[in-house]
Amino acid sequence: MTPFSFEWLWNTEYTIFFGLLYVALGIIGCGMTFVIIKTALQVFGFMRERHFH
Amino acid sequence: MDSPLLPEGAKRCSPTVFFFWTLPWLALLAWGGLSAFLCLYKALNQTNMSNVFAFALWIVFDLGVIALGAGAFFTGFLTYIIGRKELKDIINAAVIIGFICYTGALAMLGIDIGQPLRGWFIFWHANIHSMLVEVSFCITCYAMVLAIEFLPIILENRELDKIKELRLLGHNMHEIMAVFAATGTFLSFFHQGSLGGMFGVMYGRPFAARGGFYIWPWTFFLFILSAIAAGPCFTILCTKLTEFISRKKLVPEQAIQSLAKIAAWLLSLYMILKIADTLGWLYGVVPDAGQKFMDFYREGPYGVWLLVVEIIICGIIPAIILMIPKVRQQQGWLIFACLLNCTGIIFNRFVFIIVTLAIPVMPFDRFWGYLPTWQEWGVALAVIGYGVLLFSAAYRYLPVFPKERELNAVAE
Repeated sequence: MTPFSFEWLWNTEYTIFFGLLYVALGIIGCGMTFVIIKTALQVFGFMRERHFH
Repeated sequence: MDSPLLPEGAKRCSPTVFFFWTLPWLALLAWGGLSAFLCLYKALNQTNMSNVFAFALWIVFDLGVIALGAGAFFTGFLTYIIGRKELKDIINAAVIIGFICYTGALAMLGIDIGQPLRGWFIFWHANIHSMLVEVSFCITCYAMVLAIEFLPIILENRELDKIKELRLLGHNMHEIMAVFAATGTFLSFFHQGSLGGMFGVMYGRPFAARGGFYIWPWTFFLFILSAIAAGPCFTILCTKLTEFISRKKLVPEQAIQSLAKIAAWLLSLYMILKIADTLGWLYGVVPDAGQKFMDFYREGPYGVWLLVVEIIICGIIPAIILMIPKVRQQQGWLIFACLLNCTGIIFNRFVFIIVTLAIPVMPFDRFWGYLPTWQEWGVALAVIGYGVLLFSAAYRYLPVFPKERELNAVAE
């Protein structure tokens, strides 16, 4: 059992299936975290704002 | 009244006209709301679904809109990964259409499963050998990606853009959009494919069953290909419809033609593979199952005309129209071809869902008929109402088409 699957089994099928899910969720989560942290740093003046035209 | 919210320099109809425009779509939503309430309150006996038709109108609509919404991921892939810069003029519209299609499909699935409060069971008690579980995972994740792709477009609203924090957030999301586009492509590839794979592995139903490669039946690849062939055409259709209603040029012809050309090649490839698949089914799966071709087309309203409509009228004809540059450059032919292509993909999903279930599989079985109830139509059509309302609001308040001002400068 893992936090995301009640019937988790340590075998290849579960690892591939959930592994790919976690990779996708991880990329989405990390991407949004990066954007939020970068925005916060720019808002509070720790990072320069890039100007778009 | 709402002029501060409108995109800078863009002309829009008055709030009164806009209000009246929304009324029929709000009526569709109200019909859908009542139907959904009845289905949730009194259960699925409000529908004509049965043990035979566990998949019915809602799944046809679901698979149809998911395929038509493929324009979002594929246009995103072409724009951000392949680097087709001209498609930046249409990517916002593609993302919004994709968002509408996927959230609409998810909402409809919420009613379809009967007990939406137990919807999370599919994640918690995942049957990893089920193609539908993969579809559920991918659709949910991809809906998140679409929401992330839609957010910067919302943040470009004139009033929201004045808020520094939101403007920065939008700009920073834009900067890493390629990452989200790549994730969306990965997720879409698998769920579009698995929707097809699900039918291909129905070995007890030779009408849908197919051979394949490793664990994937040919329908897995055909569904992906058909979705990426029809999705861009649906984006073109929605854009052309918006141009017609607003009486403005919104997207440069180069972007439209580029998308149409890509759709033409994909549709042509799809048709070649679809014909090969049909012949393989005809001379492989059907005799192996001890049946004859005409056994599937003998009863009910579903005759050989199904194949003629799907492959010739809604497949080969639009492919030819879109392949010839001089023909597809004419607006009428372009719209006609896109309409046929989109109709074809919905027809394909209808055949795989309804006709597969209607055809008897046992000697003692009979042909099953199915007609949706008004509640089923209500929930399904509500997705159209929701889509038109959201797209209309987005067009009115957001800079969906970046070249709108430039293309209409002389006219205004």
